[in-house]
Amino acid sequence: MNRRVAVTGIGVVAPGGIGSRAFWDLLAAGRTATRGITLFDPVGLRSRIAAECDFDPADHGLDPDLSRHADRYIQFAVVAAGEAVRDSGLDTDAEDPWRVAVSLGSAVGGTTRLEHDYVLVSEGGRRWDVDHRAADPKLHMAFSPSTLSSVVAEQFGARGPVQTVSTGCTSGLDAVGYAFHTIAEGRADVCISGASDSPISPITMACFDAIKATSPDNDDPEHASRPFDNNRNGFVMGEGAAVLVLEEYEHARARGAHIYCEIGGYATFGNAYHMTGLTSEGLEMSRAIDSTLDQARLDPTLIDYVNAHGSGTRQNDRHETAAVKRSLGSHAYDTPMSSIKSMVGHSLGAIGAIEVAACVLALKHQVVPPTANYETPDPECDLDYVPRNARPRKLRNVLSVGSGFGGFQSAVLLTGPGGRTR
Amino acid sequence: MSTERPRRAVVTGIGVIAPNGLRADAYWKSVREGLGVLDRITREGCEDLPLKVAGEVRGFDPSDLIEEPFLVQTDRFSHYAMAAAQLALDDAGLVHDGPEEPFSIGVVTAAGSGGGEFGQRELQKLWGQGSKFVGPYQSIAWFYAASTGQISIRSGLKGPCGVVASDEAGGLDAIAHAARGVRRGTGAVLVGAAEAPLAPYSMVCQLGYPELSTVEDPDRAYRPFTSAACGFVPAEGGAMLVVEEESRARDRGAAVRAVVAGHGATFTGASRWEESREGLARAIRVALDEAGCAPEEVDVVFADALGVPEADRAEALAIADALGAHATRVAVTAPKAGIGRAYCGAPVLDTAAAVFAMEHGVVPPTPNVFDICHDLDLVMSRARPAELRTALVLSRGLMGSNAALVVRRGDESAR
Repeated sequence: MNRRVAVTGIGVVAPGGIGSRAFWDLLAAGRTATRGITLFDPVGLRSRIAAECDFDPADHGLDPDLSRHADRYIQFAVVAAGEAVRDSGLDTDAEDPWRVAVSLGSAVGGTTRLEHDYVLVSEGGRRWDVDHRAADPKLHMAFSPSTLSSVVAEQFGARGPVQTVSTGCTSGLDAVGYAFHTIAEGRADVCISGASDSPISPITMACFDAIKATSPDNDDPEHASRPFDNNRNGFVMGEGAAVLVLEEYEHARARGAHIYCEIGGYATFGNAYHMTGLTSEGLEMSRAIDSTLDQARLDPTLIDYVNAHGSGTRQNDRHETAAVKRSLGSHAYDTPMSSIKSMVGHSLGAIGAIEVAACVLALKHQVVPPTANYETPDPECDLDYVPRNARPRKLRNVLSVGSGFGGFQSAVLLTGPGGRTR
Repeated sequence: MSTERPRRAVVTGIGVIAPNGLRADAYWKSVREGLGVLDRITREGCEDLPLKVAGEVRGFDPSDLIEEPFLVQTDRFSHYAMAAAQLALDDAGLVHDGPEEPFSIGVVTAAGSGGGEFGQRELQKLWGQGSKFVGPYQSIAWFYAASTGQISIRSGLKGPCGVVASDEAGGLDAIAHAARGVRRGTGAVLVGAAEAPLAPYSMVCQLGYPELSTVEDPDRAYRPFTSAACGFVPAEGGAMLVVEEESRARDRGAAVRAVVAGHGATFTGASRWEESREGLARAIRVALDEAGCAPEEVDVVFADALGVPEADRAEALAIADALGAHATRVAVTAPKAGIGRAYCGAPVLDTAAAVFAMEHGVVPPTPNVFDICHDLDLVMSRARPAELRTALVLSRGLMGSNAALVVRRGDESAR
């Protein structure tokens, strides 16, 4: 069984503004939401900057229990899912609940809450034999990564397959990919799908400090995330969530839903090379792109835009450029490829879904979002990175790619109205 | 339209690191004998916690199987997973060569708690000493994808990699994920789960589960389906399987040990056990339907067996709802009563036991359970010989997932 899969709803919680409209406004204007960290005191860290969400659960009518016990990343997901479901016009009460699925990704899950309570039970890191009496009685919600999809399923009455996906920084793409398979292969008709992470915490910032993966440009946070620029020096941490309503195509048509686009294909491969390292050849990411295009029987020359992983580390941007050239051939030079991490930072597991949301909105507006802060070309990164300003363009087939710790390389293809055309 | 036979996913290798056995054959021997290994927790720093009993993996030296560079970068949960993966590869006789071959073999794990012990050590350095004391491996050891990534790298496997970070039922979802990958075109997938939730802070995190047993007598702490059921006991360890496309396996002369025939998954809410009856029954029906299997063909059920009275009742009723009159005749067992629940690892261990049970024609018993209060034919005290062609493995998660997996004997040429 291979059914068509439509995107019918979109919801975003991102740095720079809550909601998919604010998110698109930021991207289209090429504004950056990176700044000095305010969520905790980052004194002593090498990288003290991040793209934070100005998010207050009280503004979004969250259930008091969720506001109190659920970690920030779960609150993001609930709000983004709410917007996506409203946007889709889906009446979740009228759906067969057993045919509604949830597939959400997160790289680090409830670590922010886990760290908060760890400090309490360990007397500030002084004892290994922690004292349980100081812990939140609902700490298991932070411990179990399935809490994310469980809470969202509960909110929207989903009773079909409910999964949390955690493949590091490709979690968002993979969660959308799993949702695509779930619907295409007939296990559900609707899937609430996306990803969320809130990793701006001392432990997560410190662990990326330890491997010098994040940018130390603390004096100029607005310009610190510079994917593909020759002077790039690491990624800037972000946070946020994006959720899409994916729906079997005929199911969406039958209820007269607005269809943004279709998911044309998804693939993932491992590089079996290094947990954090990438080769300069991009062979495995290229394989993921090729497989995705094969599934849609799409010629590579029909790709109109590549939404890059573009984290802004030296090795990533070089790796990815090589991968796209390997798959698209000379067409790569005619294809705009940009990184929205220049504006909203790198929210680990969430970013893949946020980038898919950006692609959906790019198709809707027929505009390519830019790579902000791009000034100085790198001889090893010689594609069209859409520097600084968004660009109107006829968009039909759009590819989003990502790389994750563990060596994972994933790709998702979106086809808008008039897309695919073989 | 096509006359081609659909691709089938078969089990060709099993690797186990469990509290009751450090290889698949040792695990099966203990399961078959109904050996109970639940015991007082001995890990440093856990002495004063109100959780006293668990299934600990003991006597395991990861350096017997895994090289030092991989061990220093990883938490105990990945040590178990990497070791089980190596054992499964050895068991399957799976070697790959040539530049294309690595892309045809993937890795999928389920993870429910991540690298808690490693994470606690690094948190202690951060908060006790300062951020500069956090080591370079924290970023790759604590997160849920650590085992999949390290197994892929260590064994040079470049096929589709995945991580289902789920509650217990995720172990079955991962196997189904692998089997679907094989049906779509992947040659083989190394799949399973191993957990290590017994570090002090990880244990603190579990104390909030209302289903947790805090009974201090190891023989009485976890007794599913009895009137004395008082919750579940956590465990560590798990299993990895090689799930492979059938003709590929046969062509290379590998033994086809079982067929992964069907899977169903539903969600009925965290700790709403009464509602899990309907969810689990539906998951069973979906799994049987995908397997093309009638309820009467199920020869043995490996129960979820949570050990909470209302959850046990819901499971017994779900089996009755889904299997009809056959429910009173089918043998049901819960080997995990002797080893505890290794979260996502638990249903993978059960799946491994189901494969052995079919191969040996014997239903293993449910340790520590002597008298049940539900209408089930639960196998107790000693193993029961039986011709077994089809096994049903059930799992439910503390956050609300229900899953069912149908595995059939390898020599069953169904369809």
